[in-house]
Amino acid sequence: MAVSLREYRARIKSTESMKKITRAMELIAASRIIKAQQRAQSAAPYARELTRAVSAVATYSNVDHPLTQEPENPTRAAVLIVTSDRGLAGAYSSSVLKEAERLAERLREEGKEIQTYICGRKGEAYYKFRDRPVVASWTGFSDQPSYEAAHEIGTTLIDAFLDKDGEHAVDEVHVVFTRFRSMLVQEPTDVRLLPLEVVEGEEKPENGDVLPLYEFEPSPEAVLDGLLPQYVQSRIFFALLQAAASELAARQKAMKSATDNADELIKKYTRIANQARQAGITQEISEIVGGVNALADAQSGE
Amino acid sequence: MADNDQLQVELVAADRTVWSGQASMVVAKTADGDIGILRNHMPVLSLLVDGVVEITPVDGEKIFGAVDGGFLSVANNRVSILSQFALLSDEIDVDQARAELESAQADSDADDAADRVRRAEARIRAYERAS
Repeated sequence: MAVSLREYRARIKSTESMKKITRAMELIAASRIIKAQQRAQSAAPYARELTRAVSAVATYSNVDHPLTQEPENPTRAAVLIVTSDRGLAGAYSSSVLKEAERLAERLREEGKEIQTYICGRKGEAYYKFRDRPVVASWTGFSDQPSYEAAHEIGTTLIDAFLDKDGEHAVDEVHVVFTRFRSMLVQEPTDVRLLPLEVVEGEEKPENGDVLPLYEFEPSPEAVLDGLLPQYVQSRIFFALLQAAASELAARQKAMKSATDNADELIKKYTRIANQARQAGITQEISEIVGGVNALADAQSGE
Repeated sequence: MADNDQLQVELVAADRTVWSGQASMVVAKTADGDIGILRNHMPVLSLLVDGVVEITPVDGEKIFGAVDGGFLSVANNRVSILSQFALLSDEIDVDQARAELESAQADSDADDAADRVRRAEARIRAYERAS
């Protein structure tokens, strides 16, 4: 009896220390999420100006660029999956991976061959465990992505897209990442990155309506050439930043419920431990009483 | 919007706004050569090469920034200078830039050596012009 009481006490203790850990992780995630949002905000002006410039060029000149051309018969698609480096973030990584599976299924139905690119150690582990081929993967920056990382990923994907006959040549590029809607809602989404569609930004002028008539230096083609890769990279950077904020929010949520669960568990164990202690006392008393009675019976029988 | 001889200038890097404010003149280095921008300049979209951007603010001293490529857009007296990486002269670690320049010159076989040399030079120049 005493053994089990001691066991319960040990369990309570370990749950308590676990609770301390999850609570600390919750607080860390909460403070990092603010930083992640600030980073996303400070990256916004660049994306905005870039989008504006790209749509200005697209509006004023009818230049065909390799990055905007729709291939006639797309047969190969690249998918970039943005997952986290670390776990303990609830269903964060698995829901991105699930979304990626859905996208892959759809692309396969359209008759496209899929090449996978991965960001984050969790996705890498998932693919490695299932022994699926991955063309390239990048890890180590999932909760605070730098622009350099986006630059590198962008260059790789653009090269794959522009490559016509190489081993890893693709006709379109998709990105699967988690969009940060709010602290409570993060949804895994997929977007087609290439061929480019300039969607946001300055509206196309109505006939006769005038936007500033830009002069392009050295030429519209050259400007577009310089702009579009940067535009792609900034889109990837945006996806990475969103994913980072989502990861932290998911982690905060997961750690919060872990802390709550630990609280519950501690309560439950305390009750059981108290019961065990009382049962022990009761048994001891009845043993003593029983012993006294037996002694009295023996003496009276003499 | 300013109504005398001012421009609204923004120098933006990929992950932050490096400098923004009112200025009377901007000088930048484009693919075609240096371009100077005053108020009422015609709308221009132009590619920049790695180099120094000089901003003359309405009050205060001239500002020098090093940019790694990027582009410049001018419209309605708004000047936006966008670059993936941009640094103001007082943020530049000149010793590090010099070391980078040397190491880039040392392995001139690498593909990106020329780029690295140009970037490091742009930083050093921005620093030297400011001091």
